[in-house]
Amino acid sequence: MPTRRVDLLVVGGGPAGLAAAARASELGVRRVVLVDERRWLGGILPQCIHPGFGLHRYGRDMTGCELAEKLIDRVSSLDVDVYTEAHTVRMGYESYLSKTAEVLTPRGAFRFRAKTVVYAAGARERTCFEAGIVGSRPAGVYTAGEVQEMMDVWGILPGREAVVAGSGDVGLIVARRLTLEGVKVKAVVELMPYPGGLLRNVVQCLEDYQIPLLLSHVVLAVEGSKRVESVLVAEVDENLRAREETVKRIPCDLLVIAVGLIPRVELLAGAGAMIDPKTGGPVVNEFLETSLPGVFAAGNALVINDLVEHAMEQGELAAESAYRFIEDGGFRSASWKRVRVGDGLRFVVPQLLAGFRDVKLYLRASSPSENARLLIPELGKSVRLRSVRPAEMITLTLKAEDVLKAERLTVKLV
Amino acid sequence: MRRIEVTCILCPVGCRLTVTEEDGEWKVEGYGCRRGLAYGLEEAQNPSRVLITVIPVDDGELPVVPVKTSKPIPKNLLLKASKALAGLRVKAPVRLGQVIARNLLDLDVNIVATRSIKARRDRVEADGQK
Ligand SMILES: Cc1cc2nc3c(=O)[nH]c(=O)nc-3n(C[C@H](O)[C@H](O)[C@H](O)COP(=O)(O)OP(=O)(O)OC[C@H]3O[C@@H](n4cnc5c(N)ncnc54)[C@H](O)[C@@H]3O)c2cc1C
Ligand code: SF4
Repeated sequence: MPTRRVDLLVVGGGPAGLAAAARASELGVRRVVLVDERRWLGGILPQCIHPGFGLHRYGRDMTGCELAEKLIDRVSSLDVDVYTEAHTVRMGYESYLSKTAEVLTPRGAFRFRAKTVVYAAGARERTCFEAGIVGSRPAGVYTAGEVQEMMDVWGILPGREAVVAGSGDVGLIVARRLTLEGVKVKAVVELMPYPGGLLRNVVQCLEDYQIPLLLSHVVLAVEGSKRVESVLVAEVDENLRAREETVKRIPCDLLVIAVGLIPRVELLAGAGAMIDPKTGGPVVNEFLETSLPGVFAAGNALVINDLVEHAMEQGELAAESAYRFIEDGGFRSASWKRVRVGDGLRFVVPQLLAGFRDVKLYLRASSPSENARLLIPELGKSVRLRSVRPAEMITLTLKAEDVLKAERLTVKLV
Repeated sequence: MRRIEVTCILCPVGCRLTVTEEDGEWKVEGYGCRRGLAYGLEEAQNPSRVLITVIPVDDGELPVVPVKTSKPIPKNLLLKASKALAGLRVKAPVRLGQVIARNLLDLDVNIVATRSIKARRDRVEADGQK
C-alpha cells in the first residue's frame, strides 16, 4: 500500500473538518490532507437546504448548501490536499509523532502516516432498532437524513403520508420539508413531555403548518408487508412505558426516524482512544486532544452540536492545537483535572482541564427549566440563565488562571 | 376584536404573546422584552417566511437544485408558492445565487439557487473511474 507522510490528516470534510483544514493551512501547517468518504465535501450541510446556518458567525442567515460552498471555496483556495470518496477504514497509533490511517479510494488504497490527526467524522443517525420500534420491515422506513438526501439531493419523494418519530430539530425540519412537497405529515411523535428541538423550529416547522405534535407518545411498531401501511402509536406513562390502553393505529406509507445522532467514534476507539459514555464521543482535554497524543476531535464526532458555528470553532481549535503540537513536539505534561458533571447536566466537554489556556465549555441540560443557575462551587462562579432547554447547548468560558488555581471542578445546574 | 397567539422565537425564553386588534389599535401582551413587542406585531400583521424547495435540473451532475425566495413571502402563500413552482426546470450548469424565476406570484420576489450544480460530464469520468 502506498504510504504518504503528512503533518496533519483531517478525517471528515463537514464544517468541522473544513474549518480545521483551513485554519491549519492558514497557520502555516505544511502537508495538510483532508479525506472524506462522500462524493462532495460539506458533510451534512449540502443536504440541509433550509436556512438557519451561520447567523452568529457571518451575520447573515444562510442555507446549509450556501454555507457549504463558502467553506469549500475557502479550503480550495488554500494549500490543502483533498481526497473525496476516500473512506478511512482503520486508524492506528504508532508513536508520539506517527499515527496511521488506511484510506480506500476509487484510485486505490493509501496509508497515511501523520504527525497529527483532526478527527471530524461527524455523527450517524440512530436507527429504528435503537428506538425499539418493532413490527415488520417493509419499504418506507427511513432515517431523517436519508429522507433529506432523497428529496433534496436526488429529487425523490419518499412517500405520501408520513409519521415522524422524534421531535429534535432534524425531525421538525424534515416534517416541514415533507409538508411543502405535498406530503401529509400526520404526526410528529415525541417520547418526552417536551419537544426535543429548538422552539424556533417547533413554531416554524410544526405550528406554521398545523402539524400535530404528540408529546409523551411513542411509535411502537410498523405494519405492512411490501410497503408501510400504518404505525402503532401509544401514550407513555411517567416511566416512559407505553400504556396499552392508549395504542392507536395511524395509516401512513412513510415512517421517518429522527431519534437522535451518535458520534461516529469507531475508528478512534479502534485506535485506542478513550470514549466518554455521557457524550458518546472521545474524552478530550482543553486542546480537544483525545487520550491519544496528537489526535484531536471536533464537531459532531466530539459532541452532538446543534449549531454549526460550534462545530466549526471546535475544528479551528483542534487545528490550532495540532499546529502547536507539531511546532513544539507535543504538549507539556500536566496534572489534568477531570470536570465533574453535577446535577442537572448531561455532559461537559472538554472533560479534562489543566489551565494552559482559557477554555470554552460545552454543556447540555438534562431537562428544560426557567431561571436556572449554572454553578461551579470551587470557583465561586454562578451564572444566571433565564431559560434552559436540552435542545440548546450551553457554553461557558473559564479563565486559565481560575482553572489553574482550582483543586477540582464541578459544574452543575440548579 | 381580533386575537392572535404568537410564540416569540427571538430568544430561547420563547414568550407566549397575545396580540389583539380593536378598531385598528394593536396591543401586544406577554412579552419579556421590547424585541418581543415588535416581533408580536410583525407576526400578527404580516407573518412571512423564506420558502425553500428544490427544482429539477436538466443535464446536471445532480437531478435537482435547492432554491429559496430572495425575500420572505407571506406565510399563508407558502404552499401556494410551492405549487406554483411545479413544472419549473433549469438547465445545468447552475451557479449559487443564480436567479431561476422572477416575480413569483407577482410578489416581487425571485427564486434563487442555493447550490451550484455542474453540467453532467461523461458518466464514467464523473464517477472518478478509469
Ligand atoms: C438535519 C440537521 C439540521 C441541522 N440544522 C442546523 C441549523 O439550522 N443551523 C445550525 O447551525 N446547525 C444545524 N445543524 C447542526 C450542524 O449541521 C452540525 O452540527 C454540523 O454539520 C456538524 O459538522 P461535522 O463536520 O462535525 O459533521 P458532518 O457534517 O456530519 O461531517 C462529517 C463528515 O465526515 C465524513 N466521514 C465520516 N466518516 C468518515 C470516514 N471513515 N472516512 C472519511 N470520511 C468520513 C462524512 O462523510 C461527512 O462528510 C443541523 C444538523 C442536522 C443533522
Ligand atoms: S419577548 Fe424578548 S424575552 Fe421573550 S422570547 Fe422574545 S426576545 Fe426573548
